[in-house]
Amino acid sequence: MTRYSAFSLLRNALSHNRDWQPAWRDPDPKPEYDAVIVGGGGHGLATAYYLAKEHGMKNIAVLEKSWIGGGNTGRNTTIVRSNYLWTEASLLYEHALKLWEGLSQELNYNVMFSQRGVYNLGHSLQDMRDIERRVNANRLNGIDAEIVGREQIKRAIPALNTATSARYPILGASLQPRAGVARHDAVAWGYARAADALGVDIIQQCEVTGIRREAGRVSGVDTTRGFIKSPKVGVVVAGNASVLATMAELRLPVESHPLQAFVSEPLKPLLDTVVMSNAVHGYISQSDKGELVVGAGIDAYLGYGQRGSFPTIEHAAQAIIELFPVFSRVRLMRTWGGTVDICPDACPIISKTPVNGLYFNCGWGTGGFKATPGSGWVFAHTMAQNRPHDLNAPFDLQRFTTGALIDEHGAAAVAH
Amino acid sequence: MLLIECPWCGERAETEFSYGGEAGISRPEDPQALSDEAWADYLFNRSNPRGAHRELWNHSQGCRRWFGVQRDTVSYAIEGSYPLPFDGKNYAG
Repeated sequence: MTRYSAFSLLRNALSHNRDWQPAWRDPDPKPEYDAVIVGGGGHGLATAYYLAKEHGMKNIAVLEKSWIGGGNTGRNTTIVRSNYLWTEASLLYEHALKLWEGLSQELNYNVMFSQRGVYNLGHSLQDMRDIERRVNANRLNGIDAEIVGREQIKRAIPALNTATSARYPILGASLQPRAGVARHDAVAWGYARAADALGVDIIQQCEVTGIRREAGRVSGVDTTRGFIKSPKVGVVVAGNASVLATMAELRLPVESHPLQAFVSEPLKPLLDTVVMSNAVHGYISQSDKGELVVGAGIDAYLGYGQRGSFPTIEHAAQAIIELFPVFSRVRLMRTWGGTVDICPDACPIISKTPVNGLYFNCGWGTGGFKATPGSGWVFAHTMAQNRPHDLNAPFDLQRFTTGALIDEHGAAAVAH
Repeated sequence: MLLIECPWCGERAETEFSYGGEAGISRPEDPQALSDEAWADYLFNRSNPRGAHRELWNHSQGCRRWFGVQRDTVSYAIEGSYPLPFDGKNYAG
């Protein structure tokens, strides 16, 4: 792998940029691997990378039915934060945030992680009580969090309507200064390149059509490019988790819903942080290109169509205009939808399954992007050691039987 | 936007309705007799299919009655709606 540096930029500039090599190979699938990851999104590629780097496995394939990073990794609003309420969740997301902080250096690929802070607004006394509870919980878990008042918000975000006469007046907010945004495509590409350099085969246009089992053990996967034998199969397919689970005759407590987002036309810089509001249900940041990036909620119904209904977009736009009346005449440039797998407790499943050698990492719902490095890290540990890491042990599939749910609905401060 | 046919009011915009989840899940007759696994399966596990899905909708901004809809979860095409209880007809046909 050619190392990217200022020097390599200069050297390639001198040769008119004709000598750049592809960032990863395009190999044909081998008949057998030590581990197969199904799903070439950020989480799957990160899993492959950490399996190779931390656990010394070299004979690994990532199977992607389309192109890498083309699903939810390329369809989210790129917010990264760890201010979750419950200890189990906040430690998992904080582990991811710590990995984010060194990720560009680690991968030698600029993931453009920008720690610009995230404000979660409170519009009522109850909102503020919930925010205080969450901030205190965060601080007890060693996560940076603070409560800020209206005056400080007004200074930090001048475009925000902080008038007390607003329909939903802003009373205060929680602020996580280390939170921020990252460049979603770069995360997939960076992990792909780094995993490829460690010998991982990234196989695109290869859809898994069946999961073969022998005597309660997984033996491999049938794909559109033939049977691939493997003693370990990790499934990281977000919205399609139930489809893959059905192939192994498992039932999962997840439901797939459309989640939409949109960007505006590019504007001059005017929002240098991330603003989220639970009460009016919207979240917004401004990309480096100048587009306002706005996220909506999920559509209520099941949907695999990677698109949702217009009323949901309208609802999110209303929320943003309530917060920022100055955006009322900004034009939308592009909308899109992804398919997210929602768990009953809004927390992921990173777990072994009743089938030996078959592992599932799913149920991230609307907030998986922020966890990409941590998710891959704990899932690689689970697959390599055949037991969960302490960080993901609470996120076992068994919690739905034992009742030990981790209820982050609402507590986690709005969608993601 | 979906155009949903209420069996009593006819075709109306999606915004008049509330979604009620997968249809055909009945509360177990004797919950005490169930294992934890079977109770968890009833409570949390869902078929979540890619394709035809029978689901409940409520005409919450209209007649406020519950009914069933068969809908394709990929194309979102509504294949039929029916008053409850389900009479076993396959609306995909």
